[in-house]
Amino acid sequence: MVNLIWALLAVTGIVFAAFNGTMEEVNKAIFSTLDEAVMITLSLTGVLVFWLGLMKIAEAAGLLEGLAKLFRPIVKRIFPDIPDNDPALGYILSNMTANMFGLGNAATPMGLKAMKELKRLSGTEEASRSMITFLAINTSSLTLIPTTVIAIRMKYGSVDPTSIVGATIMATIISTLAALMIDRLFYYKRKRTLKI
Amino acid sequence: MISIWLIPGIIVIILIIATVKRVPSYEVFVEGSKEGIQIAISLLPFLLGMMVSIAIFQASGAMGAILAFFQPLMTAIGVPADILPLALIRPISGTAALSVTTELIRTHGPDSFIGQLASVMQGSTDTTLYIITVYFGAVGIKRMGDALKVGLLADLAGIIASVIIVIILFH
Repeated sequence: MVNLIWALLAVTGIVFAAFNGTMEEVNKAIFSTLDEAVMITLSLTGVLVFWLGLMKIAEAAGLLEGLAKLFRPIVKRIFPDIPDNDPALGYILSNMTANMFGLGNAATPMGLKAMKELKRLSGTEEASRSMITFLAINTSSLTLIPTTVIAIRMKYGSVDPTSIVGATIMATIISTLAALMIDRLFYYKRKRTLKI
Repeated sequence: MISIWLIPGIIVIILIIATVKRVPSYEVFVEGSKEGIQIAISLLPFLLGMMVSIAIFQASGAMGAILAFFQPLMTAIGVPADILPLALIRPISGTAALSVTTELIRTHGPDSFIGQLASVMQGSTDTTLYIITVYFGAVGIKRMGDALKVGLLADLAGIIASVIIVIILFH
């Protein structure tokens, strides 16, 4: 599916540019994006190295296990496939916590580490049930305090920059619940077709 | 304000507990962080490839044409058409979505209906394509099953939820 989307975006874009006379812009966009991608990866490297180092300490000190134990009743329901006290749970929870507080920079490394642990559990190159659930939660956003948006609102002179926090939390809760339900729906559909 | 204290706070708590438990913190830090370099390097091809495709699509004007095509439909169901670019681009590109949000807030004002809606939408959804690319790319997942469908449908739910909530709360 991603193969198709990827090719489709580029091919449609180039064909469109041919008819629309925007080939020069396309050329510029290609090469500036290459630089941008390297820059993003570079800045991600710093964040990844730092947080994964720190999280390794947290793991060694038993903090991730503690976090996993504390939220086990909830997380067990969302991720029934992950064994109790598996380090994957700790990383999933730290990713979710960081996301909730708007610490996107800290959330990504822990999410990546969680994915790595989930891959260790499944042992294949195919996305496992837990991986898809974890992804669904992440794509629906868990942010409780959207700091970037508040900053933009302040910059453009909002009377009450934080007025949108309540609405954002409500929308986030709905989209996360929807994500979990959609994920379950697809899971049961997969299971049914497998049986037949 | 809280966010200024949050990260230093986390660092202090982790380091104190680790020291009390006699974890060789610096050595463990270095050991754990090495993994970060590997993940970052394996990430680059996935990220770069996806970003180039999206950039071509946007720069060619194809994105704009799709938006123009859908605009009458949005107006017909009573949702301001100005919000459409944000709703469509949010799952695809995070930086593009942020610039659209900024532009909407700048032109319509942060406290206008569209300004509020853009703020809520930006805050309550995430860039599905980026997350899938990064998370699956870094660990080498080749077949992603229903992940993309689930992610995009969740985005749709978030976008519809933002519209309804903002209409109820601010109108």
